[in-house]
Amino acid sequence: MEKTIRGKAFVVGNNIDTDQIIPAEHLVYNPSDPEERKMFGRYALCGVPPADSGLPEGNIPFTRENEYKSDYKIVIGGKNFGCGSSREHAPLAMAEAGATVVIAEFFARIFFRNCINGGYLVPYETPESLIEKVATGDDVEVDLQQNRLINHTRGTETRLTPLGDVLPILEAGNVFEYARKAGMLE
Amino acid sequence: MGMTITEKILAAHAGRDSVQPGENIWVDVDILMTHDVCGPGTIGIFEREFGKDAKVFDPDRVVIIPDHYIFTANEQAHRNIDILRAFVKKHGLKYYYDPDFLKAEGMPSPYADPKRTSYKGVCHIALPEEGHTRPGEILLGTDSHTCTAGAFGQFATGIGNTDAGFVLGTGKTWLKVPPTMRFIFEGELPPYMMAKDMILAIIGDIGVDGATYRAMHFDGDGVARLTMEDRMTLCNMVIEAGGKNGLVTPDELTREYVLERVTRAGTPQAMTFHDNDPDAQFIFEKAYNLDTLEPMVAKPHSPDNKATVSEVKGTKLTRAYIGSCTGGKISDFVAAARLLKGTEVRIPTFVVPASTEVDAALDTEQVDGTPLRKVFQDAGTIIGPASCAACLGGPADTLGRLNKADEVCISATNRNFPGRMGHKQAQVYLASPLTVAASAIRGVITDPRELIGSFV
Repeated sequence: MEKTIRGKAFVVGNNIDTDQIIPAEHLVYNPSDPEERKMFGRYALCGVPPADSGLPEGNIPFTRENEYKSDYKIVIGGKNFGCGSSREHAPLAMAEAGATVVIAEFFARIFFRNCINGGYLVPYETPESLIEKVATGDDVEVDLQQNRLINHTRGTETRLTPLGDVLPILEAGNVFEYARKAGMLE
Repeated sequence: MGMTITEKILAAHAGRDSVQPGENIWVDVDILMTHDVCGPGTIGIFEREFGKDAKVFDPDRVVIIPDHYIFTANEQAHRNIDILRAFVKKHGLKYYYDPDFLKAEGMPSPYADPKRTSYKGVCHIALPEEGHTRPGEILLGTDSHTCTAGAFGQFATGIGNTDAGFVLGTGKTWLKVPPTMRFIFEGELPPYMMAKDMILAIIGDIGVDGATYRAMHFDGDGVARLTMEDRMTLCNMVIEAGGKNGLVTPDELTREYVLERVTRAGTPQAMTFHDNDPDAQFIFEKAYNLDTLEPMVAKPHSPDNKATVSEVKGTKLTRAYIGSCTGGKISDFVAAARLLKGTEVRIPTFVVPASTEVDAALDTEQVDGTPLRKVFQDAGTIIGPASCAACLGGPADTLGRLNKADEVCISATNRNFPGRMGHKQAQVYLASPLTVAASAIRGVITDPRELIGSFV
């Protein structure tokens, strides 16, 4: 894992469910096929209603039309990010678009687990909501060693909740690498 | 210290005498289920990590149930079925339920006879029908509504493709032991209410994140008196409160229901019946009286946006939908048919049985001597083949999908976040099949008690 991750922030609201992260109609693509996998980057977060996409202004797409990669590296949501279905296509789509960190007040369980076990995104929780403290497009930096978010645009710093007992899995890369290191898999 | 059922099942599968909430443990998995949407990704991860020639942990414990994107012309969806078919053949998997009518490009013609197809339909309903749910077991599935099977007194929860790929190769996974919330229902469900109203009331009270990382135990006389199908409805929607798993204490009714189906399917019959210890710890308790609960809806665009039906009655609708793992069981259609018999719907109304067994039962189950299928036909509803269909939108040609912004649908399904059933702006009200049927008859949201004549 990198020690710091710096990039532009993309801000959304509370209860961003997996249908908003990757609408069900796009689940026909097979993530195991490298060409089809790119399509998930194209449609990542496209189900968020336009007014709520890229807060506070809204009407900002995460991935621009007909592109496969997003300009935003760090996604910031409110409560219960990733609620809804178990589709791993959700963290995969965000990662495929180029996101590396997702920060939320707290996550829905399966989404959180998928981020960790699949090694797609670093899912940081925060003691308080950041969605009104960061604007889409802000230049932000996540310090993974000191568990803080530095907002270079605003000159602010915020604490992130340490990753705790899932950190070894993230550091290993995914649950398979973790299990191999632990001697559980050959 | 006493344990809850969830803790007992997890401890037993971790080879431990006891576990406590918050502990991370490795458990042995009894059944792994996947379907056409998450199967191909799971298979890809399994082969990437274990090799193309690797064997699955136990071919008799892997159940594959295509159900999501079946009745569509989408070519990737068809290709995904072919990936499942090839995997099943390669690994000699016994429990695969092929859409055998899916043979060529384009929109497939549905099965001609629901009793003569290997296809089963929605996985969470097909799992118990085909004898894959048993008290005391751990069931993991690549679908968030896998929690439905908690109705059978087992630990059942949804997982992603990576987790499923890991289980496929090892038969194991790590789980954090959840604390248990307890919801106690006293009294008797009135004839105008369904289990759907009970779970909508709970989700409205605790919120779509109210049970995050927690088990939800449904307890009390009011739950013990419920049918297995009603218990399934309760457990089905724990995920809509963020819950990890739902549970109903297994009893004689559970034993009979499960035994009948495992015997028919020739699947294992061993069951382990756990109960909460008298001194088990619950992180939260809330009691409800069924005599005073009212028919409920969840308004757009969140399952916790609670209102009583009487608060929103008269809301104009463009469509009604009865189906899915939540509201597509035979008991759901019996309830709807009681209201629809002898009437006509005023808005397009979709009737989509969850499984082919439910579809077949539309001909054998009757209301006042009329088979359900005839009731629905006479009422002018559109009856579709068994599938997840429009519950989750799906490809644009999916039956019942909300393709337009101005649709206002009342639905017996489980989620109404923006875009869930199709268009991002379309509005979805979640309700019981009874309330959906009553509303279909009037074209506006209608309290089933207004059509109370049907219940006397």
